[in-house]
Amino acid sequence: ESSSHDTKTTSRIEKILIANRGEIACRIMRTAKRLGIRTVAVYSDADRDSLHVKSADEAVHIGPPPARLSYLNGSAIVEAAIRTGAQAIHPGYGFLSESSDFATLCEDKGLTFVGPPASAIRDMGDKSASKRIMGAAGVPLVPGYHGSEQDIELMKSEADKIGYPILIKPTHGGGGKGMRIVQSPNEFVDSFLGAQREAAASFGINTILLEKYITKPRHIEVQIIANVIENRLMQPNVMNDFRSHLGQAAVSAAKAVGYHNAGTVEFIVDTVSGQFYFMEMNTRLQVEHPVTEMIVGQDLVEWQISVANGEPLPINQSQVPLLGHAFEARIYAENVPKGFLPATGVLHHYRPVPVSPTVRVETGVEQGDTVSMHYDPMIAKLVVSGENRAAALVKLKDCLSKFQVAGVPTNINFLQKLADHRAFENGNVETHFIEHYKDDLFTDPNNLTRAKETYDNARFSATLVAACLCEKEHSAIKSSVPGTSGLLPIWYSHPPFRAHYQASCTMELEWENEYDGSSSKFFTFSITYQSDGNYLIETEEVNSPGLEVKATLLHNQDFRVETDGVSMDVSLSAYSKDKIKHIHLWHGSHHYHFRQKLELDLSDDNEIQQKTNFETASHPPGTVVAPMAGLVVKVLVTDGTKVEEGQPILVLEAMKMEHVVKAPFTGHVHGLQVTAGQQVSDSSPLFSVKFPKTSVEWDHFRGQGE
Amino acid sequence: AVSATSNPWRSSKSIQLLQKRDFCLGVLPDGVGRNSEAFAQNSKAMEGLISQLQSHINKVLAGGGEEAVKRNRKRNKLLPRERIDKLIDPGSSFLELSQLAGHELYGETLPSGGIITGIGPVHGRLCMFVANDPTVKGGTYYPITVKKHLRAQEIAAQCKLPCIYLVDSGGAFLPKQAEVFPDKDNFGRIFYNQAVMSAEGIPQIALVLGSCTAGGAYIPAMADESVMVKGNATIFLAGPPLVKAATGEEVSAEDLGGASVHCKTSGVSDYFAQDELHGLALGRNIIKNLHMAGKQGVMNGLHNLNLEYKEPLYDVKELRSIAPIDHKQAFDIRSVIARIVDGSEFDEFKKQYGTTLVTGFARIFGQPVGILGNNGILFNESALKGAHFIELCTQRNIPLVFLQNITGFMVGSRSEANGIAKSGAKMVMAVSCAKVPKVTIMVGGSFGAGNYAMCGRAYSPNFLFLWPNAKISVMGGAQAASVLSQIETANKKKQGIQWTEEEQENFKSKITEAYEREGNCYYSTARLWDDGIIDPADTRKIIGFCISASLNRPLEDTKYGVFRM
Repeated sequence: ESSSHDTKTTSRIEKILIANRGEIACRIMRTAKRLGIRTVAVYSDADRDSLHVKSADEAVHIGPPPARLSYLNGSAIVEAAIRTGAQAIHPGYGFLSESSDFATLCEDKGLTFVGPPASAIRDMGDKSASKRIMGAAGVPLVPGYHGSEQDIELMKSEADKIGYPILIKPTHGGGGKGMRIVQSPNEFVDSFLGAQREAAASFGINTILLEKYITKPRHIEVQIIANVIENRLMQPNVMNDFRSHLGQAAVSAAKAVGYHNAGTVEFIVDTVSGQFYFMEMNTRLQVEHPVTEMIVGQDLVEWQISVANGEPLPINQSQVPLLGHAFEARIYAENVPKGFLPATGVLHHYRPVPVSPTVRVETGVEQGDTVSMHYDPMIAKLVVSGENRAAALVKLKDCLSKFQVAGVPTNINFLQKLADHRAFENGNVETHFIEHYKDDLFTDPNNLTRAKETYDNARFSATLVAACLCEKEHSAIKSSVPGTSGLLPIWYSHPPFRAHYQASCTMELEWENEYDGSSSKFFTFSITYQSDGNYLIETEEVNSPGLEVKATLLHNQDFRVETDGVSMDVSLSAYSKDKIKHIHLWHGSHHYHFRQKLELDLSDDNEIQQKTNFETASHPPGTVVAPMAGLVVKVLVTDGTKVEEGQPILVLEAMKMEHVVKAPFTGHVHGLQVTAGQQVSDSSPLFSVKFPKTSVEWDHFRGQGE
Repeated sequence: AVSATSNPWRSSKSIQLLQKRDFCLGVLPDGVGRNSEAFAQNSKAMEGLISQLQSHINKVLAGGGEEAVKRNRKRNKLLPRERIDKLIDPGSSFLELSQLAGHELYGETLPSGGIITGIGPVHGRLCMFVANDPTVKGGTYYPITVKKHLRAQEIAAQCKLPCIYLVDSGGAFLPKQAEVFPDKDNFGRIFYNQAVMSAEGIPQIALVLGSCTAGGAYIPAMADESVMVKGNATIFLAGPPLVKAATGEEVSAEDLGGASVHCKTSGVSDYFAQDELHGLALGRNIIKNLHMAGKQGVMNGLHNLNLEYKEPLYDVKELRSIAPIDHKQAFDIRSVIARIVDGSEFDEFKKQYGTTLVTGFARIFGQPVGILGNNGILFNESALKGAHFIELCTQRNIPLVFLQNITGFMVGSRSEANGIAKSGAKMVMAVSCAKVPKVTIMVGGSFGAGNYAMCGRAYSPNFLFLWPNAKISVMGGAQAASVLSQIETANKKKQGIQWTEEEQENFKSKITEAYEREGNCYYSTARLWDDGIIDPADTRKIIGFCISASLNRPLEDTKYGVFRM
């Protein structure tokens, strides 16, 4: 007994398996590495070359791409831990992080599950059970009536107790069916009966529950860890005493289920009354945990590992500092105008902002990686902090404008608009924010002033693209001049020499308007290389004077451009996909996407080769003659058969090679008399093909001739 | 002394000093008085000449006029310079030759002689372009068109540059067939050159972008590889009207000699292009696929290059302010050299001897060159020095640059007695036989035998360009008038006729006028006595291009004839 107790206390985690992928796997590994803990990654077929696999000391393949066969396959993961000798499993968030079965399985196999006890996961996982436990523990719940007694008088008195407005909701079903918001007692009866009828019609059960309707709700999360310490996510305009009340409630919630390790208690706040109510608890490391970490200057994963090692936490609640304000923006591969639909594709260009003590980028992908359909399309979490909310917001906007992703559509522009919104700036944030301000946050193609502005910006950006592409092309070709010895490089000096005139070229760019897919727009530029090395860029459009641009390639993709007395940094990324060159430009807070055709339109390239060469002028049209002397080895159709253009008719052998003789066009085979084994001479007629339509004319013509 | 050598700091310092002294040795002084009256006058005069040149150039850049250009565009055809732009590497340079060929040569205008020629890189390989201008008289060959085409081929053969013919021509200009067709250096020579160059392994590529009739049909037919553009390109010995007249057969141009006929049936052409852009892209591909293993002469043996070179210390634009318009006024050719060579460094050879010819070593874009420039009349000593210097350069494979500003060799009894003819002959012998690349720039006058000794057109320099102030003739107009009037007076005397002072003056002024007109740089360039008139400020760059192109061939040993001693 005592010896086993000894090993338990002395055996700290030395090797950890991360049962997750993407940014969270990478983030956990980073802390583990700092602590000297070796790391084991697991991966599906889709993630063979992922960053989280490359970042780990060891990696174990656990199954095919679908999550249920890999990242949700608990036994495969546990086996991977045993195979590699990992003592602990960190589940990250999502996947198995809130599976009490998996936590139990780990315990059974003698592995440390870095997270709460299985019982706490189970208790909190059942939403109605958790509410009961919370209610019993004195944690405030949204006032309501959930009883089975449905007498209308009783219900009305319950409603009076809760206070108006009231939300009437069927216990079963969803989708807003049967839901009623009741503003005052005199509307209650009608609404109640209506809801009952609708519920009965829709779900067959007319049981109704009552809840206080929160007109301006707001979501607040409190992060807690163990029952030794709690700390909270700071939210805008959250007062100090309010924060301590929330904290108390969160601690009570955790204690009620015997919680340890990290978790998040979610509350809903009535912004009108200032009342808050328990919603649910996430029994895992929160996605937004870096926000907490930034504000309190701690590493929550390190704490999780400490707790899992059975160690006390390094500081207590009173020692938790509050270092300011932080924002987290999640960068997703998604199609914002199409209702935030997940997008997939290759990250042809990926350059997150540089990290610093106040900027964190949590990412699980690299340039060239594919955002696949199998998993969450999150690309990165951008976390910034500042002394206060306003300072952090300035930083957030700057970072968003410099966060470069090309290859898949992202929500970056949307996040920028959100961060720029005055209501957001003022901290007027509530759950219905996006719905409320949708006109400002989404581009309305019918807003002509705004469309014009966007168009002008795009044209200006395209001008910069033209200059940068010329500059880049020039430097690329100069460095690739074969045999850089000799005088050859002077032919590539800048600007290109012309005798008594200036070299010029044209460039066509198609603007990919991400926010209004209906109107792609072509810009055609004429670019003149001026003697001072600047580019004079002119469009065909009237009323748009040429723009003189000086572009200097700083390195690789970064340029300094100067135009009209203003110089600025721009970044350019170009990649080819499906014979189209995609060019992305970032300057200031703008990001534009252009396309350029890489190939000539050569649709009928093979037209000349396909046409059979066997017709000769000395035979009636449609006659096919032997391309050379040879032996007929196969006849594939019978005379009179209808054949398609290019259909093989017979096979000829000559010079030890088989030649397939094909129908020159669609029609009926006529006069096919050769048989297999027959020798034919060069240019002797084999058969003819007749157009179904014109055959009559031909017969007629022939008749006349005879 | 012991401490000096054992002390590493001192020894390295002394090496630095030594190197520094070396570098400073040949640096030329500025040589230009920017505030002088002459500077201002020269600048103004040259400005006038350049703007006059530019206005002539602007006319030829417009091709055969608005209507013809519009018609050309309607057929989805580019203009010849645009075609070349699409063929050369993006953002690279193009050295166009003889833009003003045919200038005021015929009763009608013939912009650029109806054909665009020049050198530019394709996939890193320098090529000679010969592009018909279909907007100028349907791209037909006038005598000067033929001459310009042949000159381009001559350069290509000399420099072993692959030739790309952009064919869009109606063939010989029939009204002038006597000057176009029969002689040695006439139309037929084009195909002769193609055959000979092909035999030497110099690729001959034809891109047929328009019509290519009669004799012209041999350009693609004689080419190593050819491309035809669907719809626009036709090749036939006789067009539909002539066929109908001859045989009664009625056939469309496309069916008679279009791209499909020649790519599919006749085999006259090798690549079928959907449109002009496709054709030009195919042209670039052909050059990409050239693999001239063992034949590439690019910098063969000439690896003596400074990859890092310095620009001249003085502004090259000041080359526009050096040459005085009055040819009687002298200027120091060193101030020109100082604005052409790397770092303005010029190591002068025999500086104190035969001072009217400046000779010395320098580099241009890192490439060593030997420069000969005139600082006055050629004397015995100057000619001997020139011959000596040329021998040095040929033995060391150093390209030669001639900066001509020469009124001729010294005349007079003393000079003749000293054997000026003999000395001059030595220099002419050296210039003629030198097998290193030679580039001549006429920066002032070019008179008499001075033109010969300084590598005039007859001495086959690889390239010859003029400044806008250049004058070329056998002697000065005044001298010629004087000589001729003396002879005329003698003749008349024999016949017993007296002529008045006035008659004599009239006679003289007519001759002076003729010399003025014919000695003018436009008269020269119109007739292809040179490869073009350049802006003096471009001199360094153009010499660089010329030497670069000239070095595209393997080295050749120089063998001299008998020097008269």
